[in-house]
Amino acid sequence: MSPVIGLIVNPVAGIGGPAALKGSDGADVQRRAIRTGAVPRSGERAAVTVRRLLARLPDLVLLAAPDRMGERAALDCGVAGPRLRVVIETGQVTTGDDTSRAAVAMRAAGAELILFAGGDGTARDLVRGVSESVPVLGIPAGVKMQSAVFATSPVAAAEVAIAFLARGGTMVRPREVVDIDEDCLRAGRLTARLHGHLAVPVERRRVQDRKTGSSQAAAGTAADVAAAFAAQMEPGRLYVLGPGTTMRAVADHLGIPKTLLGVDVVTTAGLVAADVTARDLDAMVSAGTTIAVSPIGGQGFIFGRGNQQISATALAAVGPGGIAVLCTHEKLAGLRGAPLLVDTGDPAVDASLAGHVRVITGRNERTIYRTRAAGG
Amino acid sequence: MSHLEHAAGPGGFPIEAKPPLRRFHQARWDEPLIFELTQPGQRGILVPPAEPAVTEAVAGAPGELPPGIRRAAPPALPEMSQLHVLRHYLRLSQENLGFDLNVDVGQGTCTMKYSPKVNDRLAGSHKLADMHPLQHPDTAQGVLEIYWRMEQILKAISGMDRVTLQPGAGSAAIYANVSMVRAYHAARGQGDTRDEIITTIFSHPSNAACAKTAGYKVITLYPDADGYPDLDSLRAAVSDRTAALLITNPEDTGIFNAAIAEFVDVVHQAGGLAVYDQANANGILGITRAREAGFDLCHFNLHKTFSTPHACGGPAAGASCVTAEIAPYLPVPTVERDGERFFLDYDREQSVGKIRPFTGVGPNILRAYAWVMSLGAEGLRQVAETAVLNNNYLLSKILEIPGASLPYASGQRRIEQARYSWEELAADTGVHSEEIGIRAADFGVHYWTSHHPYVVPEPFTLEPSESYTKSDLDEYAAILSQVAHEARTDPGLVRGAPYNLPVHHTEHEVLDDPAQWAVTWRAYQRKHVTGTP
Repeated sequence: MSPVIGLIVNPVAGIGGPAALKGSDGADVQRRAIRTGAVPRSGERAAVTVRRLLARLPDLVLLAAPDRMGERAALDCGVAGPRLRVVIETGQVTTGDDTSRAAVAMRAAGAELILFAGGDGTARDLVRGVSESVPVLGIPAGVKMQSAVFATSPVAAAEVAIAFLARGGTMVRPREVVDIDEDCLRAGRLTARLHGHLAVPVERRRVQDRKTGSSQAAAGTAADVAAAFAAQMEPGRLYVLGPGTTMRAVADHLGIPKTLLGVDVVTTAGLVAADVTARDLDAMVSAGTTIAVSPIGGQGFIFGRGNQQISATALAAVGPGGIAVLCTHEKLAGLRGAPLLVDTGDPAVDASLAGHVRVITGRNERTIYRTRAAGG
Repeated sequence: MSHLEHAAGPGGFPIEAKPPLRRFHQARWDEPLIFELTQPGQRGILVPPAEPAVTEAVAGAPGELPPGIRRAAPPALPEMSQLHVLRHYLRLSQENLGFDLNVDVGQGTCTMKYSPKVNDRLAGSHKLADMHPLQHPDTAQGVLEIYWRMEQILKAISGMDRVTLQPGAGSAAIYANVSMVRAYHAARGQGDTRDEIITTIFSHPSNAACAKTAGYKVITLYPDADGYPDLDSLRAAVSDRTAALLITNPEDTGIFNAAIAEFVDVVHQAGGLAVYDQANANGILGITRAREAGFDLCHFNLHKTFSTPHACGGPAAGASCVTAEIAPYLPVPTVERDGERFFLDYDREQSVGKIRPFTGVGPNILRAYAWVMSLGAEGLRQVAETAVLNNNYLLSKILEIPGASLPYASGQRRIEQARYSWEELAADTGVHSEEIGIRAADFGVHYWTSHHPYVVPEPFTLEPSESYTKSDLDEYAAILSQVAHEARTDPGLVRGAPYNLPVHHTEHEVLDDPAQWAVTWRAYQRKHVTGTP
């Protein structure tokens, strides 16, 4: 049976980059970019992926979003007739909502995998549309690509897709979608948050590098790190669990529900408060509280991005000794030597957290890692 | 001459010139396991019946054995003729890519150097092979003298005051060192409070593993931006809980940490001990020593630097070297000399006890001793210099390949090995380092990527020891160059490799799953055939 893949191109992805507009979100920015002579490259990048796919999967069926949102890239590569199906209709000017709708339609039409060419903003549209309900992989074409949902290049995206369609070559994993608020960034202030997760095929890397058989299959996974942290939690003590899958693993270990994108307050006995605001949290924490977080993958923020509910006030109240950072070695290695970042809005608190932090990386295992104030 | 041209041989027949890359193809025998080859009644040796006098003498013996150790049924051994046993193992050997067959520079960090065959003959000599570890030391003076002399040699190489050759492997030597660290602190009343051991992410993972096995908490340091161990991170890590720093230098990147003495100072000032992992000392023999950098303990793997065979996971041999301050804690027995007589000293009150039975892996210690004695002190230094030269020659060849890079410490030479990256090639082609390595095996070589996590993306680690010639290194680099070219022109070819090996891809999941792995025939039967737990 022919493999069926969805293709969504964000036609304006990346055009704000060369124009130094730090992103391409919003119709006004897109107009400004085009006025400065910016040319959209996302269609070309998607075509690189599609050509590569066709070379190995000539009977591929593409479900495409209309016109410049995918159809044109498919036609450029010679995909036409019954092998190209356009899934939705759009107006003259397309928006992120069209991306979300196209993804939903592709899922309904039986897409085994949705490829999208764009950046973090496009990934957010995918989260709104299909979340983790169908495998999705990003072809890198945006300005901001902090989310862990992109292949390393258009060619690599095709190779991952080929491995995925061949079965057994990949594992589908929830991966973070984060995005920066571009208006704030242009105003000189970074604010980013975690917007959710997509189900991303990750290549099952061959492990011929193994020197000896290992009985530690679980060692180093988020579940292992979470278990190590849970094992040292003290009964009666209040714990603040930040957002993300690593912290969800802690809650899983304790048998407590977790707000994936929110901040929860727990004890070892159970949930105390779910999805708290900064105001709630400021009133709850004290010197006897532990605030536990995991860095945003690829970006390294531990405070001030995606978890602004944990305020500088709360961090000052618990003190550096009341902060626990949990992270797998894989995620630390993925920072490529960049430090962990803090940006709480309070320079004194940022300074108190700058230097080094003891990251919990496994049972009886800590890693000393550098931290820096993002503004400093 | 191009490989398409033909040269005329002496008889006038066209003989194809040797191609630039050899057209390797490994044997594939599809050989069953030896237990599957058994044929009831077949025998390798027909043992003659015992003479009546012997039969009579031992007639009552079985009855005297305690019931618990008497066999109810004969052992389940394969029943085969000598020819069939020989053929079985020869076939298996042809399905292997061992050191003696390939240019084995790709097993970086393992120091795959030539193990001289003459030393195997010495180790196999009846003078050693017929020894029993429990025989009285008075009847084992020659063997003990070898142990004693090897200790003197390793003292000179490390600068340390005492050595034990008891550990059966490098990790056993690290475990011995960690045990001595604990004994040292315990003797000062700090055995319980000093419960942390510090290491670096590019040090050999055995350090972290042995420390954990011994019950320590492990603190890992990440490198600085240039790939060097980060002194500031170390300062942030040490405290009155620090038992020791376990560090490798050069680390797996091949980068030498010239500030190593400062690392040692920081740990000493915090009251901890400094332990030098010299498992692989091939780049520094005769050039720098653990003692001069201020270390309290170090260890060597005799199966790396000192040329004894790796033997597919053992038996290996490790040596722990310590200062006089740590010497009271050495495992027992130590080998001592009293005038002209050698003896074993078990009477060491503060000893950590035994790391393994008996005194050491005799055949390997003899091989290592023979290797050192054949080289002499100047020869050892020449080994290191040649290994470093080979590494930097290969490095220059590898970096000529488009898509290959050498992250960190830009412009700095590497010592005896280097960790490279195919990051650029992978981004251009979607082909990963593991796949390049597997495709290289189609040309008769292979490489190892890196320990996990991949701090260096798309890594591969090469270590051309002193054993290889320039043409060996040229051939190896040409193979990687060819595979990198294939990745750009025909990535499916590379990703579908291997084609010339006896086994295609294996399922690695079973190796990670205790419910499925089977390292013996009995376990295989239980887990995969009969299904009984």
